[in-house]
Amino acid sequence: MAFFLETLLGGLMSGMLYSLVALGFVLIFKASGVFNFAQGAMVLFAALAMARFSEWIPDWLGMENLFVANLLAFAVAVVVMFVVAWLIERLALRYLVNQEGATLLMATLGIAYVLDGIGQTIFGSDIYKIDVGMPKDPVMMLESVFEGGILINKEDFIAALIAALLVISLSIFFQKTATGRALRAVADDHQAAQSIGIPLDRIWVIVWCVAGITALVAGIIWGSKLGVQFSLSTIALRALPVVILGGLTSVPGAIIGGLIIGVGEKLSEVYLGPYVGGGIEIWFAYMLALVFLLFRPQGLFGEKIIDRV
Amino acid sequence: MFYRENGQFKTSYKADQQAFAIPQDRWAIYAIVAFAFIGVPLLVDEYMFRAILVPFLILSLAALGVNILVGYCGQITLGAGASMAVGAYAAYNFLIRVDGMPALAAILLGGLVAAAAGIVFGAPSLRVRGLYLAVATLAAQFFWDWAFLRIKWFTNNASSGSVSVADISLFGWTISTPTDKYLFSLGILVVFAVMAKNLLRGNMGRQWMAIRDMDVAATVIGIRPMYSKLTAFAVSSFYLGVAGALWGFVNLGSWEPAAFSIDRSLQLLFMVIIGGMGAISGSFFGAAFIVILPIFLNQMLPLVGSLFGLEVSTALVSHVEVIIFGSLIVFFLIVEPHGIARLWATGREKLRLWPFPH
Amino acid sequence: MNGRKIGEVILDLKNISLSFGGVKALTDISFDVREHEIRAIIGPNGAGKSSMLNVINGVYRPQQGDIILRGEHHANMDSYGAAKAGLARTFQNIALFKGMSVLDNIMTGRNLKMKANMLQQAIWFGAAQREELEHRAKVEEIIDFLEIQHIRKTPVGRLPYGLQKRVDLARALAMEPQILLLDEPMAGMNVEEKQDMCRFILDVNDQFGTTVVLIEHDMGVVMDISDRVVVLDYGKKIGDGTPDEVRANPDVISAYLGASH
Repeated sequence: MAFFLETLLGGLMSGMLYSLVALGFVLIFKASGVFNFAQGAMVLFAALAMARFSEWIPDWLGMENLFVANLLAFAVAVVVMFVVAWLIERLALRYLVNQEGATLLMATLGIAYVLDGIGQTIFGSDIYKIDVGMPKDPVMMLESVFEGGILINKEDFIAALIAALLVISLSIFFQKTATGRALRAVADDHQAAQSIGIPLDRIWVIVWCVAGITALVAGIIWGSKLGVQFSLSTIALRALPVVILGGLTSVPGAIIGGLIIGVGEKLSEVYLGPYVGGGIEIWFAYMLALVFLLFRPQGLFGEKIIDRV
Repeated sequence: MFYRENGQFKTSYKADQQAFAIPQDRWAIYAIVAFAFIGVPLLVDEYMFRAILVPFLILSLAALGVNILVGYCGQITLGAGASMAVGAYAAYNFLIRVDGMPALAAILLGGLVAAAAGIVFGAPSLRVRGLYLAVATLAAQFFWDWAFLRIKWFTNNASSGSVSVADISLFGWTISTPTDKYLFSLGILVVFAVMAKNLLRGNMGRQWMAIRDMDVAATVIGIRPMYSKLTAFAVSSFYLGVAGALWGFVNLGSWEPAAFSIDRSLQLLFMVIIGGMGAISGSFFGAAFIVILPIFLNQMLPLVGSLFGLEVSTALVSHVEVIIFGSLIVFFLIVEPHGIARLWATGREKLRLWPFPH
Repeated sequence: MNGRKIGEVILDLKNISLSFGGVKALTDISFDVREHEIRAIIGPNGAGKSSMLNVINGVYRPQQGDIILRGEHHANMDSYGAAKAGLARTFQNIALFKGMSVLDNIMTGRNLKMKANMLQQAIWFGAAQREELEHRAKVEEIIDFLEIQHIRKTPVGRLPYGLQKRVDLARALAMEPQILLLDEPMAGMNVEEKQDMCRFILDVNDQFGTTVVLIEHDMGVVMDISDRVVVLDYGKKIGDGTPDEVRANPDVISAYLGASH
């Protein structure tokens, strides 16, 4: 039982990170109808920027304080992601408005390649580490309930907490601010929003900026856990089933979908994996998403897609 | 000046329905094919065969398969690499498990197995499209990646899925030198390209395109979406399966599942976008582009770098390559969704009317 | 009028009701169509005309009612089934295959009649080529009939609206339908194009004996060419009869004059 709970919690933690990446997908999809395959590349780009600036800034400024260096690097990385968002909108997205979904999807694949290439050219292609001072030691919990308690990684716990915070603040941003309202208006109907004077291109830049920040947070968390390396770029592919499950247009869907996939992967790997040779978590999430696609294409919380003749 | 249709009148529908209705085009194609079979082997060295021509031919075949599905039937796939893998490993199993199985038969059977797998994983296309279909095909990609890595039976208990095939032979002709490999691949490609052209100019091709352009209207005139989409998946996967088997048997000789990973799938999709969706020639343009660009950059960039006194590392070259691919994809999707093939066709159209543009 | 003979009832619609999630599009509508006649469905915007057409050719399935086609029940027919049963249609917002030439668009209309299997098609020479030529000849007859020879090889996307409508009609005719459903064939056309289209509809009806069911907005044209007219308003049938009868029907007058004009 304790082992089951441990697996479950581990799944929830990694699920929270999937949610974070999935959130980036949902934000952009809601506001522009673009399914952004480049989200993974953005995570890598942001993580690379963060890792490298936190190395370079102390050198440039000749200071030692890790905290300040990280803070500065974070600020610079945010600016970098804003520039990236602006460039994507300026150079690609605005010419692709109203294209078919499949075309947009392929275009973002192209953008992902460009980002991967540029990121590695500027920041290098080795493995870097991000050290934001997250505690690495595991803690025991619920010792009174189970014999031996259950083991939890503190780092995972903090990461999940940060992710949850980000999700909450984004929800507030969407619900309460004027920009948030404009964003939702654009999501509902591009043309109607435009006709009441909401500047579409500015909104898109904002959305991509927000997606950039979620990418940065996801990048920092994953990066400090696993090191910043090219494989970060592929977590977009891991998070893709999450949005299918949760529904492309739903923020709560992204979160719950992420948790389901995280838990499902871990449980299936532990309890099913040994019978089939292991390594199934790579496709398990996809199969789960596929089943969903066939029976409930709009996902758990997405809006129903209706075709009209 | 010689590209004129004046005085050429077609007196039967038969003449009008030829694969290449303009005689100049027809002769040009014959000339290119003849040159490829006879001229190229006389002119080209071994390196060219190994590094450029054989990969180009096999990837063209694969791109043709992707183009049938994506360009003609309008169904996106991110699992083309998986179809190649199924073809390659199925052909491998036919070859080693069945006594006296001829290599060519094994390759074709591999293609058929890939077609069957393609139908299974293409089935979601009946319910979903666009992004959702992309996810379904990705599921196929990851599933097969895993299967060939972990299920030992598929790879005859080879560790980490790596298998190898000795030189194959065809009716007593052992295909061992690069020239042999080139001619064998070329022969298969020509046959398959002709079959693709035939399918696409006939009823089957029209059904696929109808589904791509307007599926509701297609149903109303009696085209069954299920039949059309699944045949497109089957034919496309068959082509990819044969290409995969060739890639393993002829180009690599020994391979592991990574040869057909998601990167391969994306590469094939990009070939079709850059080359030209919905044009057979686009498959060739795309494959040529993807094979030649890295080699070109590898040669050119260090030269350009040395002009400015910079040292260009191989890592940088590969990054530049990726950037160029990415930007070209975005560029073509924005400016010319029908790729190089359309640019070529437009040029030809101008030439037909030249010097009177109207 | 011309020499064609109007025959027995070929299509009989009984008590058709259709709703979309609680919104009633059609309520208890019955009417019949006789062989070789031109039958019009008219009504103001939102009267349910297009829904009616979609029910007839299986795009929508009615919740209640029965469709009897040549004595057989077809209430659960899908659009593939409708095509097989000899129904063809055109679309209000032209639904041509934009990436294909005019010729290929019309050839798709023959797909149900083409039998060569995939292998034969891949080989081409032999069965597939023979079949292709046979059907090409048929399609060329239709092209001649509709006077669109000059645009045969043009991609349909480049054609002006009026010609696209004509290609849409050609594709439907290529199916050699027994019943031809036309969804606002004259919408958005200028006077000359309308006259051409009227001529084509009458010729189709006259020469091929095709039964025509058409929806139209333009009252004048409809009254001139149809044999009998059904009038719908708010999803209900308010009139049915010859053009003269319908014109005299007080409900129809109030629906048209009172409501929308």
